[in-house]
Amino acid sequence: MKIIVCVKQVPDAKDVRLDPKTNTLSREGVQSIINPYDRHALEEAVRLKEKVGGTVTVLTMGPPQAAEILRESVSCGADEAVLVSDRAFAGADTLATTYTLSQAIKKIGGADLILCGKQAIDGDTAQVGPGLAVRMDIPYVTCVRRIVEANDKAFVVERLMDDGYDEVEVTLPALFTVVKEINEPRLPSLKGKMRAKKLAITTLSAGDLDADTAQLGLKGSPTWVVKVFAPQLKGERTMIEGTVQEQVDQLAEKLMEWC
Amino acid sequence: MLLIDIDACIGCGLCEENCAFDAIHVVNGIAEVNENCTLCGGCVDYCEAGALKIEGKEECGEKDGLAAWSGIWVYAEYRHGRIAPVTYELLGAGRKLADQKKVPLSAVLLTDKAGGMPAQLISYGADQVYVVEDHALAQFTDEAYGNALEDLARQYKPEVILAGATAIGRSFIPRVATSLKTGLTADCTQLDIQQEDGALLQTRPAFGGNIMATIACPNTRPQMATVRPLVMKANAPDPARKGDVIHYTISPDRLASRVKVRNFVALEGDQVNLNEADIVVSGGRGLESEKGFQMIAELAHLLDGAVAASRAAVDSGWIPYPHQVGQTGKTVSPKVYIACGISGAIQHLVGMQSSDTIIAINRDPHAPIFNVATYGVVGDVFEIVPKLIDKIKQVRSS
Repeated sequence: MKIIVCVKQVPDAKDVRLDPKTNTLSREGVQSIINPYDRHALEEAVRLKEKVGGTVTVLTMGPPQAAEILRESVSCGADEAVLVSDRAFAGADTLATTYTLSQAIKKIGGADLILCGKQAIDGDTAQVGPGLAVRMDIPYVTCVRRIVEANDKAFVVERLMDDGYDEVEVTLPALFTVVKEINEPRLPSLKGKMRAKKLAITTLSAGDLDADTAQLGLKGSPTWVVKVFAPQLKGERTMIEGTVQEQVDQLAEKLMEWC
Repeated sequence: MLLIDIDACIGCGLCEENCAFDAIHVVNGIAEVNENCTLCGGCVDYCEAGALKIEGKEECGEKDGLAAWSGIWVYAEYRHGRIAPVTYELLGAGRKLADQKKVPLSAVLLTDKAGGMPAQLISYGADQVYVVEDHALAQFTDEAYGNALEDLARQYKPEVILAGATAIGRSFIPRVATSLKTGLTADCTQLDIQQEDGALLQTRPAFGGNIMATIACPNTRPQMATVRPLVMKANAPDPARKGDVIHYTISPDRLASRVKVRNFVALEGDQVNLNEADIVVSGGRGLESEKGFQMIAELAHLLDGAVAASRAAVDSGWIPYPHQVGQTGKTVSPKVYIACGISGAIQHLVGMQSSDTIIAINRDPHAPIFNVATYGVVGDVFEIVPKLIDKIKQVRSS
């Protein structure tokens, strides 16, 4: 089975803080990491490979330094790595991104299964997975929490819904986006790290993709950012003071009004 | 790319101060851009010297055919025989947009059995309801639902399509947008109409809620957005409202799906009612362990409320994911939200700050949770919460 895992390099959102004085993002010490959901997609791909055989290729679109997360993915069990990188891709929204990724996947010979994280923690759109499947004209299942059955032709998976989960059946080729509860990602192995160090990463530029340049980057993006601003917080509050018992008594009194 | 007119640039540094991405710096008196630039254009607005421009983003004239698209649509989310509450919230928001633009508001209902639902949608503000009724729509599949909405949109050409940012909306709406080759903004928390040209301005949190971004879709139609549940307000239903019901037939091949739903397993009530609970008691890193959540559960039970958690607590494995509130979890908007040992990372705040009353209990007086709190208590949760439980029991029994 040929499996492609789409990964993205993102700033570690939990370290990104808003500076209350200047209202700008404080980026001191913010690390670039592999999108956390994508780790789970990679882990599931490696587990599938171990179970039913095949290869795992990690694919990312990003600046040259995104190669770091490809090497990290290889150290965690991926076999091949492809970096899709070109200034022409800058400013891509999800529509342009799915076009670019689909052209890259066609270029490297397609896949039986494409796995993505549910969403990336920088944009949180959750749109690239479904959009990519549409571009590839393959079925997809979002928010997969468990693979129940897997063989060369078809899968049975559980997709997380707001009121529970659906068990669904899908024929290959297909694309899944996965949620965190699907697995516990492994740490890089020493052998994997050695392999990652030596591995030659395939790099594809806009010219390598046989792409319609009007569909790439900013030009191929129907959505435009009009404005970026700091979120407004409410801010008028009453502090409840006193001894612990006094605080508790006041709190209980307030709560009894509402409950 | 970002073009910098070095003759016009005065090196004032406003762009550097206001760049959310640390992508522009004044070097030797002239602005320089680096590879962090996302072409968001934020700096262009701040530049008082007119020295910055995003190439390819110049105002273009009226694009051909845009005027043919008119009217506001709301996707009426249907699952297991009922309409999702977010639908009524979207009809409330859509009604305002439609009135402002003086265009009709329509609901789209994809279902196996419409029954009284079209009338219900009209009572909440729809002028028209497009109904596709087919047994192939009994279970949600991305292909059947996506194709049906796509075919309707191609036929009737709405200028705006809104859907809930729910599991269903976030799954199949991207399919429709990609097929129609148009823009889609996920998880919006605010919608406005731009005065000059009537375009839809879609505002959403990004970077885990650290910044807000307003997005437009100027050159393609429809303009599509998913909207967070519990952010918009529904209007009170008016059973006397009149509207049209338009039945539409989709060809069977377009309703075929390569994904087949075999079975559905419901989650237990406690997890589901988080969105609907009037009282939510929530715990964070300050609870220190799984055991800390026992008192949270007890307090919630006592107040007839639901239990929630911050991402830190969920990631630590103290409580399962369905309880998570915040950017990557649920959005809640209860009457009272009690945050216990939650520091209040912005990612958490975006999921609960629209609660009517927020009570924060935290040891650290500088914790950001106090910035959104209605009432703040600085203290040890392990001391305060058990005492609070005792006090409430005592008051109740007397």
